Amino acid sequence: MQLKEKKSLSGALASATCALLGGVTSLGGAAAVQAEDHGWEIDTAVLIYDEKDRVSAVEPVVSAKKTFDGDRILNLKMVLDSLTGASPNGATATDVPQTFTRPSGKGSYIVEAGEIPLDDTFQDTRGAFSIGWEQPINRLTRVSVGGYVSAEYDYSSVAVNAGISRDFNKRNTTLSAAISFSADQWDPEGGIPIPFASMAPAGEEPPRLGSTDDKTITDLVFGLTQVINRRTLMQWNYSLSRSSGYLNDPFKIISVIDAQSGETLDYVYENRPEDRTKHSLYWKTKYHLQRGDTLDFSYRYMIDDWDIDSHTFDFYYRWNMSERYYFEPHARYYQQSAADFYQHSLLDGEAAGLKEASADYRLAELDGITLGGKFGVKFAGGSELNFRLERYEQTGDTSPGDAIGVQKSVDLFPDLEANIFQIGYSFKW
Amino acid sequence: MQGTMILMISALLLSGCANLGVEPWERDILAKKEMQIVSDPVSASLDDHIYFSKEASSGGAGFGGGGCGCN
Repeated sequence: MQLKEKKSLSGALASATCALLGGVTSLGGAAAVQAEDHGWEIDTAVLIYDEKDRVSAVEPVVSAKKTFDGDRILNLKMVLDSLTGASPNGATATDVPQTFTRPSGKGSYIVEAGEIPLDDTFQDTRGAFSIGWEQPINRLTRVSVGGYVSAEYDYSSVAVNAGISRDFNKRNTTLSAAISFSADQWDPEGGIPIPFASMAPAGEEPPRLGSTDDKTITDLVFGLTQVINRRTLMQWNYSLSRSSGYLNDPFKIISVIDAQSGETLDYVYENRPEDRTKHSLYWKTKYHLQRGDTLDFSYRYMIDDWDIDSHTFDFYYRWNMSERYYFEPHARYYQQSAADFYQHSLLDGEAAGLKEASADYRLAELDGITLGGKFGVKFAGGSELNFRLERYEQTGDTSPGDAIGVQKSVDLFPDLEANIFQIGYSFKW
Repeated sequence: MQGTMILMISALLLSGCANLGVEPWERDILAKKEMQIVSDPVSASLDDHIYFSKEASSGGAGFGGGGCGCN
């Protein structure tokens, strides 16, 4: 009796410590499904992302997967991303109309008093292609390699990745490790702005360092996927991401305000550190209920050396209404703290003593909530049609305590409301 | 020394995990598409792209960096 207790305690402890390691990818036995046939599995979708008064995007995707003999898998994916609309330029609202020079330096746009400044000429098309190959190298170990290229009007990216995973414990445990290296280049309209230089009036030579700049991103992900029991699967990941090079957004400016009145005096270009290291811990649980539905819960904690930390909770409930129909409600909550160099505006003369500052709202303290759902219909032969409708809302501090003078009467954070609609069709070919 | 420690910790973790799991013939539910870790990869990648361009965090489930001038 005593022996039995001791065994179950040590088992529980070891199981608990098992949870402290991270896990990644769907490679390997703990999560893998054997392919039923060797044809192509095609997933297609079109996403329509529409922000209130701001950006709209249409994004078609085609993804194809083929399993060859010996459980070797080829993955191909193409994405097009077409964006139009207006994007916050970083400046704050004030009590008089504001005139901004377009990024090209060749024109200007006016923002009314009290309005959050948006650059209304935001327009871009991005094309991305990725390829991946994975195969076993022995009975329990799989390896993968992949590549990615993307190009848009002012930005390009090339990335390569590789991964390895090994199954243990009758394929109930999978340990994995993966690395990705990305080389990206900015070629923005109007060139790379000089940090903290004042925005030049339209028609004048803009303050520029050059026409292009680049950055590299290295990602490492270590994971553990564990079958808990017949109905429960868990994954733990630890990931490390390091970015180096030009990490600024060349289109973002900061308002320089009078320290007494809060009136805007000038606009200067932002500057961020040249390095960023992020650490993430990720935990995901899948649980299949007795009644046939599935719960999917994940939590991510991220921390970086810009002093940002974030918590992300993601929850899906797949309600299998019948053999043919399902409905999957989705809720997501995101919360982040501000980067240490984030400032909604600068006081007159303050920029001279600063190395870094950005008024990009995405580096501010903010919350994001997503609510919605997906409805799917399955057809004979394994094809499926699905529709997804979600709403994403982001809120921040519209009246921060350090607002001065006229800033107290305007919104200093550009709240975001977006509708997400997606139609997807998957089939075997 | 460090290598031995890592080996010992790994052995402990794996032996802990060995108390969990199922037999090969008990994988019927785990084999369902909706029980895969990423059950809808296309939606997951579209969502990653949305949140990458609107928030300061990315990755976690997989790689998090690069590929777009949107952030």
